Amino acid sequence: MSATSKVPLKDGMEGFVSDWASDQRAFKGVPWGKAMMWIFLLSDTFIFSIFLISYMTARWSTVEPWPNTSEVFALTVNGVSVPLLLIAIMTFILITSSGTMAMAVRSGYQKKRKQAAALLYLTAILGLSFVGMQAFEWSKLIEEGIRPWENPFGARQFGSIFFMVTGFHGFHVSVGVIFLFITARKVLRGDYDTGRRGFFTWQKGRYEIIETMGLYWHFVDLVWVFIFAFFYLW
Amino acid sequence: MAEEGQEHPISTYLWVWLLLFVLSAFSYAVDYVGFQGFTRWTLVLLFMFLKAYFICAVFMHMVWERMALVLGLFIPTFAIVVFIGIMGFESDYTQLSRKVFFDTGKPPTVYAVPHGKEHSKDHSGDEAH
Repeated sequence: MSATSKVPLKDGMEGFVSDWASDQRAFKGVPWGKAMMWIFLLSDTFIFSIFLISYMTARWSTVEPWPNTSEVFALTVNGVSVPLLLIAIMTFILITSSGTMAMAVRSGYQKKRKQAAALLYLTAILGLSFVGMQAFEWSKLIEEGIRPWENPFGARQFGSIFFMVTGFHGFHVSVGVIFLFITARKVLRGDYDTGRRGFFTWQKGRYEIIETMGLYWHFVDLVWVFIFAFFYLW
Repeated sequence: MAEEGQEHPISTYLWVWLLLFVLSAFSYAVDYVGFQGFTRWTLVLLFMFLKAYFICAVFMHMVWERMALVLGLFIPTFAIVVFIGIMGFESDYTQLSRKVFFDTGKPPTVYAVPHGKEHSKDHSGDEAH
């Protein structure tokens, strides 16, 4: 960055054109790890889009009735059937974990080591509870006879789409939880203050890593917003 | 220019957090109240896009990023819109040909109703054997 810092960077659309036309790095003022995370998330956006588009295609082209998700995912509490109760709780948990993640990023930049670690652990535990509820939901539906190839409530594609989409999202959450625990441990140990090298890359980390981790975690929340709207509410 | 991290007041995050909670409650309410048809789809999409916008803009710091990054990530997603259009067209004529060639005239096969409904009056006599 030292060579380019002599020329002041332009803002807005002018900046967009000059950054991309600079014959240098296009993403200026952004750590490379963060730019690469964004590129990865863009590719992940395409993967999840393809899943949801295949769901749309299956649902629009089937001649059998689509199961009513409001009833399939209902939970009976005190004898009253509440639609989508577990899904709603999962949604609120994921949003809460996104909030704690955002605050962990802030604490990290303020070098509040213990606060950042505590918030990261909290985020990881909320994510873990999300995965736990998903496991509960899966076992409940499997018990009711929903399979990737058939289900008793209507169109057969329902089962395959459900297990594929929520399974892939749940896998993302699980990976996120693992990395949250790793990041939290590193923060708590003070790796980003002492410059201790990572066990895998053997690079020195900085507090920016929490922001990169946060991008991934918010993306998982973002994907859930779309799954919630299109699969559960549609 | 140094590589700077994103640091913003905690109140911003808390307000957006609250907003996401309210929007999620609204989208859940759409199902709970039982809106159907056009009203349902419009409300679901509205709350979905609002939530997606606030997560991207504030939690992922998109509004504070340089235009080169914002547009570099946003413009490619238009390929998805095109793909949705293509596959929407595909599913439309697939369903049409299925109806034309495979429709037996019999009612659709539904073997069971979701749990919690099996004790309702309409189905009490059907499967009592």
